[in-house]
Amino acid sequence: MRRLRRHHKLATVLIALFISGAALAAQPDEILADPALEARARAISRELRCVVCQSESIDDSNAPLARDLRLLVRERISAGDSDAAVRAYVVERYGDYVLLKPPVQANTLALWLTPVLLFLIAGIVAAIQLRRSAAAPAPPQPLTPEEQTRLRELGE
Amino acid sequence: MKRIIFLAPLSLFLLVGLYFAVGLTRDPSRIPSTLIDRPVPVFDLAAPDGGRAGLSSRDLVGEVSIVNVFGSWCIGCTVEHPLLLEIADEGVAPIHGVNWKDKPEALADWLARRGDPYARIGVDADGRTAIDFGVTGAPETFIVDRQGRIRHKHVGPISRDDWETVLRPLIEELKNAPSSSSS
Repeated sequence: MRRLRRHHKLATVLIALFISGAALAAQPDEILADPALEARARAISRELRCVVCQSESIDDSNAPLARDLRLLVRERISAGDSDAAVRAYVVERYGDYVLLKPPVQANTLALWLTPVLLFLIAGIVAAIQLRRSAAAPAPPQPLTPEEQTRLRELGE
Repeated sequence: MKRIIFLAPLSLFLLVGLYFAVGLTRDPSRIPSTLIDRPVPVFDLAAPDGGRAGLSSRDLVGEVSIVNVFGSWCIGCTVEHPLLLEIADEGVAPIHGVNWKDKPEALADWLARRGDPYARIGVDADGRTAIDFGVTGAPETFIVDRQGRIRHKHVGPISRDDWETVLRPLIEELKNAPSSSSS
């Protein structure tokens, strides 16, 4: 019984740790009252790069500018903008760079197609190699009369 | 065929090496501005206390100007400040300040202590105008042409070299351009 309780305590601590990990940079005063709108704001925030810290989304970042952008996203959503419109609003100011997932367009084709191309090349090379090794080796040539004579001599 | 198999890893290595050689010399903090050649965003910022002019987007039409996003809290701004004073003294072009997320007392103190190069200052307390300018950090400086279009963005403190080799020549060129031209 006591051990069970100790497990409970441990579980509580672990759960608390997990939850604290999930509670990100968004401050309580930023959160929208409407959970549906807030969920949309969170989803958009996770896709927008914090332009100060660069490797973080604005949802993760504690930078003041990230906070300003989070507030901006929520303001646009509350004003009735669609998700795409909110993203376009930020992209208009900071460029495609602000999107953590680059859009598929003319200047990002190399980025998107390179992995596919490499995979194709690797596949072709592998296929050639496999086919070559799978082909049965040529049957040995029959011995010439001289060789047969020599073999017989060696055997004696 | 054998030779190709030996050369493939080598050429792959060279290709990757080339990628890194180019990629690693590029500064990731320099984000290309989407605002180049576009009109300045529409804004209207109040002046700080002390009976001076505020700054709005309308003030940026009519003459070539320099828009400097700064804050008294910003170290880089302190670094470039003497150069801004010099530029203002020389009268190359008016320097307008967007005072980004600053405290009024801190700003007044900063200007009193270090000098005031600004023709106009707009107080951007909530940082919205800075976002409209695509600012990622202070200081950032924009060169605005006579039509009120952003022609150049400089990220970080302006060095004397930046000023003499890039900014000043561009300002001179824009000032000499006929006002009707859209070049």
